[in-house]
Amino acid sequence: MNDGAPSTNAGWFEGIDPDESERASEVITDGEAEEPRNWPAIAVESGFVDSEEAYYERLHEASLDATRREVRERERADDMQLVHSIRAMDDAERTANELAERLAEWAGTLFDDADVGVDGARAVAERDPETPLEERVVSFAGRIADLADERDDLRAFIESRAPAVAPNLSEMAGPVLAARLVALAGGLESLAKKPSGTVQVLGAEDALFAHLKGRAPSPKHGVIYVHDYVRGTHPDHRGSAARAFAGKLAIAARIDHYSGEMKPGIHEELRERMETIRAREAGE
Amino acid sequence: MTDLPEGVERRTFDGRKRLATRGETVYGEPRDEEGWRAWDAGRSKLGAMFEHGMDTGLVGGESVLYLGAASGTTVSHVADFAGPTYAVEFAARPVRDLIDVAEARGNLFPLLKDARTPETYTHVVESDLDCIVQDVATRGQADVAVRNRRFLSDDGRLLAAVKARSEDVVADPEAVFEAFLEDLRDSYEVLETQRLDRFHEDHLGVVARPK
Repeated sequence: MNDGAPSTNAGWFEGIDPDESERASEVITDGEAEEPRNWPAIAVESGFVDSEEAYYERLHEASLDATRREVRERERADDMQLVHSIRAMDDAERTANELAERLAEWAGTLFDDADVGVDGARAVAERDPETPLEERVVSFAGRIADLADERDDLRAFIESRAPAVAPNLSEMAGPVLAARLVALAGGLESLAKKPSGTVQVLGAEDALFAHLKGRAPSPKHGVIYVHDYVRGTHPDHRGSAARAFAGKLAIAARIDHYSGEMKPGIHEELRERMETIRAREAGE
Repeated sequence: MTDLPEGVERRTFDGRKRLATRGETVYGEPRDEEGWRAWDAGRSKLGAMFEHGMDTGLVGGESVLYLGAASGTTVSHVADFAGPTYAVEFAARPVRDLIDVAEARGNLFPLLKDARTPETYTHVVESDLDCIVQDVATRGQADVAVRNRRFLSDDGRLLAAVKARSEDVVADPEAVFEAFLEDLRDSYEVLETQRLDRFHEDHLGVVARPK
């Protein structure tokens, strides 16, 4: 419920000055009610408008205004918020692991059974410190555990948000990889404008530049490697799998950017294509 | 063939009889000198339901809640022949186009809302509507119809286009449709069903009224 909006079963116009268009927008966007009522008649009775015709005119203006604002808001914010979220998640993970290494070295000098890694840090954080020195070590471990929790929360946030921002890309790649591709491209729009060959090697820029300088073979895949379609395919056919997967991902990104609607057809086509590639014998 | 609602006619475009309504063009459809624009049944499930001669119960001038309005292709035709028309769509990108459609039609109210949570627009959409048109491509299509029943008058009509692939891409469409109707029957009486395959593959048109 929006701040200040009536919590009873009230129409969007309740308590609003007919000239306050911004307030009307807010209530249309954030308000709720339990049961629909004959709002046009109630608006006339309550003196909000003189006639039902005038009510519909107001509603037309107000719904257009609210929807316009909300669309602008959602479109501007969402893909960039996803980019920040995945970068923050990666930073939190990398930092937690780094600090956990530092802790393992330190805690090993105090406690015999100290394990390495984030799990080790969680175990140390549970201890009751007995000296001022132990207090520092346990407190440090607690920060690492918190950071690891934050990483998990960020991941859950990305998993819930990515499907709204990029429904087809998320369905195809999974929400986290979808967010990562958007981040590597610098936004959904720029991902949508990339050719599939670029999508295929996003995240493998080092290997790509080594190849372009003549020092290495061309990379077959970038970050899409983490997906089962690539990693789960026999190495002999991984190039084909990565190419087919990237091709459909590029299409999914375009649909998400330009239309935003779920298109089940392309997911089915990709599944069929993958089955064909995987059905080939290794070494064939 | 049942009667078309007032405001929907069969007109000749390029020598072919097609459905048409009167209004501003929206998606590049042909329009004649009298202002009638062709309604492409291949791009509209409601158009396909008319083409199949389903008895929608519509006579023109109804109050309508349209769930899954997308970029407004079909809802633009509905607003041409209906009364107050509430258009609900959840995805932001198509709503950008829907806004353009609504700007030219004073009786069309666009709402960026999720049809699965009607409480978020109950304070805007009026009660006792004559008709709900449902064309949502999400899982749980029967549930959407059941939850939005609150807006419909006792004698109102639900006109739903059920998309088999939205529920399950691999299941047999007939099985998906059966499951939909089974769930729908808890709150609605199903009056007519018709496969829309001539225009839309794996879609079922459904006419129902509240129980």
